Amino acid sequence: MILEVDGLKIHYSTRAGAVRAVDGASFAVPEGRIVGLVGESGCGKTTAVRAIMGVLAENGRRAGGRVVFKGQAIDEATTRKLLWRDIAYVPQSAMSSLDPVYTVGAQLVEVLTKRGNASRSTARARAAELFDLVGLSESRLADYPHQFSGGMRQRAAIAMALALNPSLLLADEPVTALDVIVQRQILDMLRDLQQRLRLSMVLVTHDISVVAYLCDEVVVMYAGQVIESGPVREVLARPRHPYTMGLRNAFPDLMSDALELVPIGGSPPDLSDPPPGCRFAPRCPFVLAACTTSAALIAAAGKQTHASACLRDDEADSLRKAAMDPATWQRSSNFAMS
Amino acid sequence: MATLVELRDVVKHFPVARSLGEVVRGAHPAVRALDGVSFDVGSGDAVAIVGESGCGKTTLGRLMLKLVEPTAGSIAFDGTPLAGLAGEGLRHFRRQAQLVFQNPFDALNPRFTIYRAVAEPLLNAGIDKAEHMDRVASAFRRVHLPDLDRYLDKYPHQLSGGQLQRVVLARALVLAPRFLVADEPVSMLDVSVRAGILALMREVRDSMGLSAVYISHDLALVRYLCERTLVMYLGCIVEDGPTEEIVRRPRHPYSQALVAAVPVPDADQSRAPLPISGNVPDAREPPSGCRFRDRCPRAMAHCAEETPLLRPIADGHRVACHLDLA
Amino acid sequence: MAERAEPVLPVRTGWPLLPVLRRMAAMPLRDPFAFTGLLIYVLFVLVALFADQLAPIDPLEILFTKAGKLAANVPPSLDFPLGTTNLGRDIYAQLVHGTRSALAVGLSAAIIVAIVGTVVGLVAGYFGGMADAVLMRIADMALSLPFLPFVIVLTGFLGASTSNIVLAVALLLWPNSARVIRSQVLTLRERAYVEAARVTGASSWRILFVHIAPNILPLSFVYAAIAIGWAIITEASVSFLGFGDSESVSWGYMLQDAFSSQALSRGQYAWFVPPGVCIILVVVAGFFLSRGYEEVFMPRLRGR
Repeated sequence: MILEVDGLKIHYSTRAGAVRAVDGASFAVPEGRIVGLVGESGCGKTTAVRAIMGVLAENGRRAGGRVVFKGQAIDEATTRKLLWRDIAYVPQSAMSSLDPVYTVGAQLVEVLTKRGNASRSTARARAAELFDLVGLSESRLADYPHQFSGGMRQRAAIAMALALNPSLLLADEPVTALDVIVQRQILDMLRDLQQRLRLSMVLVTHDISVVAYLCDEVVVMYAGQVIESGPVREVLARPRHPYTMGLRNAFPDLMSDALELVPIGGSPPDLSDPPPGCRFAPRCPFVLAACTTSAALIAAAGKQTHASACLRDDEADSLRKAAMDPATWQRSSNFAMS
Repeated sequence: MATLVELRDVVKHFPVARSLGEVVRGAHPAVRALDGVSFDVGSGDAVAIVGESGCGKTTLGRLMLKLVEPTAGSIAFDGTPLAGLAGEGLRHFRRQAQLVFQNPFDALNPRFTIYRAVAEPLLNAGIDKAEHMDRVASAFRRVHLPDLDRYLDKYPHQLSGGQLQRVVLARALVLAPRFLVADEPVSMLDVSVRAGILALMREVRDSMGLSAVYISHDLALVRYLCERTLVMYLGCIVEDGPTEEIVRRPRHPYSQALVAAVPVPDADQSRAPLPISGNVPDAREPPSGCRFRDRCPRAMAHCAEETPLLRPIADGHRVACHLDLA
Repeated sequence: MAERAEPVLPVRTGWPLLPVLRRMAAMPLRDPFAFTGLLIYVLFVLVALFADQLAPIDPLEILFTKAGKLAANVPPSLDFPLGTTNLGRDIYAQLVHGTRSALAVGLSAAIIVAIVGTVVGLVAGYFGGMADAVLMRIADMALSLPFLPFVIVLTGFLGASTSNIVLAVALLLWPNSARVIRSQVLTLRERAYVEAARVTGASSWRILFVHIAPNILPLSFVYAAIAIGWAIITEASVSFLGFGDSESVSWGYMLQDAFSSQALSRGQYAWFVPPGVCIILVVVAGFFLSRGYEEVFMPRLRGR
């Protein structure tokens, strides 16, 4: 495992109190594999990744848990120094984080010389190499960001992230803002990078179709916690947590015959005052009394098997059958309007 | 089926600031957002307009609502051309054709209460104040927000995305329009919320007999709402036909690439290379003849010379391509 | 789902202007600096209102000692709290009565600047085209004029009265707010809810006043608060240079008087320090208030 996250807790202090954006998340990234971190807005996936990188907002702090990279425990202090070189981060809307007054090539060279301590000539050669790696023509190094299309800017952002040969790439919604054909090209490029460079990757996204296309493993987050994780094929075909089952139903599938989309009623909990026990309980069609008092948490990182944070995990197969029936969800939809 | 909206050869060019050289040369560069679009929307139809950014779908939606004027061509609503509409005629049109926005957080004035926001169309249409509460209540019922007291006095920032989008829909429905244009109505909502809104839109459409145009980049979504889809590329319609047909057997090479590019929640999906190359060309200088030819895997010499027109290849299915695609 | 009876709510249907005004009125309560500024203003307003009670002497009346001599340059005492000028006028009375002049100048200039700047900004930003071009070129011209010299020249032409000074200040200060408000309107014009208003049939004027104006009102207040300070300082400068209104007493007049009778070299601090401090206080108060309104307008500026 190149990265292990164990019981991570990240709290934001706001005027309204502490918001427990991530509350006990555990997952692992096997070396050379692509892990998809999937969940809806507010589930804590972006926060988790930013915490790993050490780029949390001012009012965020780690309130518990461990992050282990290549066998070494890391925290905010060590992350910054060591890890822009070994872990690279492509933030959300990286495309608009390119400085508009410098050419893209110049920005790439700057990363290489300032952070990588390369000489200018080495840097220039490497910049050309990086562009080639991400499928951009070398002649474009002299262009300004506004001359690039959205997809090209994203490629450039990825090139910058790869400049110093990281072993792990953390990408936050790298294809969300892109058109579907460009999106597919970027995803193919990421797969290609993984194979060529043996790069490990964590891809944060809300789109399970993207995860299905690109990722080897998937980690599903809900309300600050990891509720299911495992190989992509397994989790998508045979989900074990009711939330994942519901998410499957809510996601349109271009190729399926089903013409029914079933919403999950209600909305995610307020993270400044989360409910006791399982956080999905208020919306879960399979809720038991025990669910509201105690929650199952995913066991510590390191397990490659398919794990689910549900008290009724042993009944997963029959629950899954029931979940495929829209009526199951419509009953729980009456709790509250989403 | 009566035709409600009729577009004929609609062209929209956005002039671009000229450089000195262009002024001297007498050139008038423009972004050619739409170049000759013609189609009909029948009463009660649900039509999807699908395409990537820059294809002109958003502009088309705005043109159909007379928020923007066409450079050339004609648009008619219920037999009346939109071009000359003003005053009372325009107000009458505005009552019948409404828009549902992409971003629910921005579509409502943050300083208005929810009630005020939904009642605004009634104010603009000069409806008697005594009727307002009734109409607002009935619009709220339609969008399944029946507990009025919970919402009416609140401000937009106090509601969730899904609730806001229902309010936006309520506002669009409060005047009982006949025609709705929805521009990416769920793209800014969370996945688990989208399903609810889409189901609502389907239900509203059926119960009110609305004609609707859904603009989206997401083919998978429009499948749930529309029986008919128009695929657009760089300002032109390239394929117009039944949604299921287009998804299962796309005919136009661009449609084929589009359908192949959509990922699905299946780990065993195809990862074959897309039958398309290059990037979208500059909308100021599209390729001559067929606009897709420089990316098309099956382009022929003829494609550069003559722009293909939409021609029927089956009942209710048109394609703009020189290839024999029947 | 069960149908409910129509709710009998006191549902707010009004123009969002009232909530906006309410928030702006409440702002000083949250911001200690703005609160201080407001207190200072309130203090001065009270002084201006009760000037006659606080200083029942005519500020221009020449006073004589009991011995019948001119009460010139009398040091501060119980009879004359700040002493007298070299022409025997009560400085304290001048200070108190000068408050009226200062506030009149400041407030009237602020009101004019706020109104003109806002209206021009709204019209130019929303309607664009010819109106925008013409208004902005006029604004450019006004901005290119040097401030003090213009005021002096204008008062020279029209006569050195307080109202002419206010006019001159307003003529030069409105473009600042107009330009900023215009760019804000340009942004607001593109918002989805403005488009929504158009689609639901609202006329341009309605959109302007109902949707756009309330969102820029805090900006108008920011510039109004700034204008108060500017106007007072300008009036003081103009008076100090001798071009001011000689009929009425203002703080600038006091400074000029003190200067020309060489109060500094005589060490008669009680004459010129008080008016100077008053000017500073009013201007700083205006600045604090404008800073507070800026935060109402852009909540991101608020410190965590």
